Order: sequence, then C-alpha cells, then structure tokens
Amino acid sequence: MFGIGLLKGLFTTLKNLLGPVFTVQYPNKKVGLIGALKFHKKSPLEFLRTQPNEFIKSLAGLHEVPEYPSQAPRFRGQDFNWFEDRCTGCASCAKYCPLGIIKIETTPGSRDEKEGSSYDIDVFDIDIGRCMFCGLCVEACPFDALHMGSGFERANEKRKGLVIPVDELRTAIKTPSTWFRPQMEDKNYKPKEKGAEIKDWHDVGRHEQPSDEELTEKWVNER
Amino acid sequence: MSTELVTMNIGPIHPSTHGVFRMRVTFDGETIIDAEPIIGYLHRGSEKLAEERTYTQVVTLTDRMDYTASMTNNQAYILSVEKLSGITPSERGVWLRMIASELQRIAAHSVAIGFLINDLGAWHTPLLYLLREREKILELFEMMCGARITNSYLRPGGVFMDAPDEFWPSLNRFLDEMPNRLDDIENLLTDNEIILARTQNVAILDKNDAINASITGPMLRASGVDWDLRHRNPYDYYEKISFRRPLGTVGDNNDRYLVRLHEIRESLKIVEQCLDLIEPGPVQPEEVPFLVRPPKGESYVPIEAPKGELGFYLVSDGGISPFRCHVRAPSLINLTLLRDMVIGYKIADLFVTFGSIDVNMGEVDR
Ligand code: SF4
Ligand code: SF4
Repeated sequence: MFGIGLLKGLFTTLKNLLGPVFTVQYPNKKVGLIGALKFHKKSPLEFLRTQPNEFIKSLAGLHEVPEYPSQAPRFRGQDFNWFEDRCTGCASCAKYCPLGIIKIETTPGSRDEKEGSSYDIDVFDIDIGRCMFCGLCVEACPFDALHMGSGFERANEKRKGLVIPVDELRTAIKTPSTWFRPQMEDKNYKPKEKGAEIKDWHDVGRHEQPSDEELTEKWVNER
Repeated sequence: MSTELVTMNIGPIHPSTHGVFRMRVTFDGETIIDAEPIIGYLHRGSEKLAEERTYTQVVTLTDRMDYTASMTNNQAYILSVEKLSGITPSERGVWLRMIASELQRIAAHSVAIGFLINDLGAWHTPLLYLLREREKILELFEMMCGARITNSYLRPGGVFMDAPDEFWPSLNRFLDEMPNRLDDIENLLTDNEIILARTQNVAILDKNDAINASITGPMLRASGVDWDLRHRNPYDYYEKISFRRPLGTVGDNNDRYLVRLHEIRESLKIVEQCLDLIEPGPVQPEEVPFLVRPPKGESYVPIEAPKGELGFYLVSDGGISPFRCHVRAPSLINLTLLRDMVIGYKIADLFVTFGSIDVNMGEVDR
C-alpha cells in the first residue's frame, strides 16, 4: 500500500530520536546543576559560595564544562614531543619526512661522551603548517627521541606561529602518542589520562638504559 | 511552441558536486540535452610527486587520492610495491590489512549512500545516521593507526604495527551492532515511496555500455555484470573467503544504491571470517628494509576498491623511488559515462545520478 514505506521510515526516525545522543559538544557543553557538581566535585553549598554566578547559570542548565572527544593512545597529534637528551642530531627524521619540513642545525657537542660523540642541537624546527602528521619522522627516529604528540589544539593566526621552535619543543609538557612506540604501549601508557606527563627521558626508550659496566663490556672488552 | 536552449554552469564549487567538479549543462526547459563534465580543479600532481619520494613515503600520498577510502588505496599501492620488489608479506599483516580494507569499504559505501540520499533532498537525516556508523569505523582506525582519514597504515610486507588489544572487542561490538543499524537504514530508505519514485528507472546503464566503457565496481554490478576482482582475480587471501556478490537487475540509480547496501552486509561477513582465520604472529617480515629498492621492472596489481578497480602501475629503475607511477582511478573512468546516462532526464536527476556514480574528486584529478 502506498505510504507504508514512509511510515516505516518515520518510525525509524522516531526510534533514533529517542535513542542515545552521539554528538560530542566539543569544546564546551552546557550542563545543569547535577552535571556541574559532578564536574567540579563540590557540594551544592560550596559551589554556591565559590561560584555564585555559575551556580545560577547551572540552575538554568547553562553552566559550561569542557568536553573532549575520546582519543586513542596512538592518535597522531599536532604537537611533537622531543626529548633533547635522547636526540643525537642524526637528522634521520628530517631525511625521512616526505615534505622535508624538519629543520635541524647542529654543532659538535660535548655531552655524553661515553655513549659516542653527540651533537648539540641549535635549531630543531618543525613547520606543522605543512605537516600532514603521517608520523614517518617518528618511525625513522632510531633513538626514540621524537614522538608524535597527543594534542590537537595548536591552531594559530599566523603561519610563523605554526612553526614549532626548538625552545618550545624543549619546554613543552610531554604526553607523547604511542604511535610506533610499542614500548610505550606495552607499559599501557595513555597520554590523555591525568598525570601522564613524562618528565624523565629514560621512560620512553625501547631499551633499559645500560649500566656503565654493560657499556664497557659491549664497546670495549668485546672489541 | 518553440523553446530556447539554456546552457548553464554547475560547479566547480557547489554542494552537490562532492568536491570541485564542474558541468556545463544544456537544458531544454527542465530536460537535459547535453552535459559536459569539466575536471581538473583538484589536480595536485600526486603521480609526479611520487616520482621523487621513496616507496614508503608514497603511501602517504595514496591516502589523499580517494580520501573516503584511504585503506584500500594503501592496499592497492602496497600490493604493487610488493609484486615489484618480490616481498612476501607476513600472514598476520595480510589479514589485518584485509580487515582494514573491508572496514574501509563499509565506511566508503556509507558515505556513498548517505550523500546519494542527501542529493535526493532527504536533507541530512539518513546521511547522519550513516556517518554515525562510519564514525565508529574511523574510531577503530584511530585505535589501529592513529589517524582517522589519512591512515598510512600499510607498509611493504604488511602493516606497520599490530592492532592494539582494545581494538578487537571494539571491532566485535561494531560487527554485532552494524546489522541492526543497516536494518534501520533499510527501513528508512529502501521502501520509501519518494525515493523509489525518484530513483527507479532513472539513468539506466546498459550492461554492454558499462562493459565497453570499462566501468567497474558497484556501478558495474548494479548493471548485472558479475565482476568482482576479489572473486575473479583474488589478491591477498580473498580466495580463502566466501562471500556473495550482490547484483542489480535494471542498472538504475536504485540498483546502485541497493548493491552498495548489500555489499556492506557482505563486507561485515568478510571481516567476521577474517577474524576467525587471523592468527598471532609478526605483522611485517623482518627482512623488509627501511628503504625498499626494487629491481628494474614494472608491476600492476588491480584491487576491488569501494569505487571499482583501483591499481597502481609502477615502473622501477632500480632506485629508491618509483620511476613512474600511474593510477588507474575508478572514479575517473566511472565518471566518463555521466553524459550518456543523464541525457533526456530532468535537471534534478542529474545530481542523483552523479551521486549514484559515487565519484571522489580527489581521485578523479589526483
Ligand atoms: S609527521 Fe610526516 S609530514 Fe609531519 S614532520 Fe613528520 S614525517 Fe614530516
Ligand atoms: S629526533 Fe631522532 S631522528 Fe631526529 S635527529 Fe634526533 S635522534 Fe635523529
């Protein structure tokens, strides 16, 4: 009969209308009092005392709390994480980048002489305005010094602002993605969890750091 | 009564053209007299760019050809590289990339159906239902390889990294849910009288015309030709998998929609069979070097991409980058019959037909 198909379709849309909501209201979602208390972990009185305006807003369901989409640990983020102590300045990453957007300048350095000669990094600029976040640079790095980041909020108004300079790479909070870093995955590292910041460069390596005796054994006695 | 012909320009920036596609259409009233497709607005020179990049770096370029089906693009390219350099892929790697490419087929067909219905004027409701399902696949991809669209997951010899542990339960949940969602979509669309009236017997593509124009993919099967490269010319491990090949009878827009919908169901079955057969092991053979350096020669491996036969013709001169890379892009070749299909129909059918061909301008112009 004509119209049955239409009715079936309308029934489906009705079912979906009443179903669960999938939309993620990034960056902020509006919540009522219950949601606000849950987010701030406060009792109603405390909330009223500390944030009276927000309390009134939340009564109208207009209080805004941040909401983020779920993110996989391997997510290749925008901000690169670079551990200077691990980096030897070999420039494998720069060579392997399909677009050639990593700029490295080095001078012969003096640190870590016993692990072989290393270079001081003067310039390590990544132009993420042209980066396609393929992660091949991370794949190429033999010393686990360069990691993909896990953030995605590094938008900028100027092209110059899209170049990550070496100082920013040095000082940035490091929550690397586990892309191409199985050792991080084995540790069940989740970059988006609280307290995931990595402070020690030893923690991201593929191997345990060898002791001095082991190094002597391997590099001096064996030869 | 005498009428005057009107020539109108549609596109290149137009919501219905799925990218940047331009048509110069001549109308008599509402009836289409002539339609001339003009392409090239999205040309980025991927084939030329590939000539100065190493074999692994080119994988990132293939992502950007058909951006709704990056995994199958990766697969076509990697199969060609493997044949060229004689790499035997590792077993688990092959299974993983088959799972990935079948999931990608589901995602690509969801987009195709969604936008086809969108072009019909069912403004965004069915599209968003389908994009919601596609979103789950993209999340699976994000778990696997860290990216949603531009995956770059495959490497010569397999894949770069095994899927993480949390991937498998999520995949199973998706496989359980998806048939119900498809039933929903079928309830919503298949019997809908408006859609039937708009798509049935519109833009009929004859079997012989389709074969003569070397149309491939769901479009060819909608015209009733049983030609699926996964069955006719199995690559990877498709000969170990059994699946049905849905065929159309008339070759109109409705058939093209139905074939895609049924192919999604078949893809789900393929993924389930892959899950039964996959075994632990390395995902990439140890001996594959970082810089693949194939001997002199050429190779072409066609695969069944969501849009049709996709293949990369690679010529090697023994160096670290391809000497020549040519892409047999199904979108471009399927688009060639647009003119013949729409002549004589109304202007509103033009967009529906264009949507039912399911082209991706990134692949047409490359
Ligand atoms: S992610 Fe890719 S494009 Fe970006 S710097 Fe690394 S290699 Fe280059
Ligand atoms: S980040 Fe890695 S690949 Fe790049 S220069 Fe440092 S050690 Fe070499």
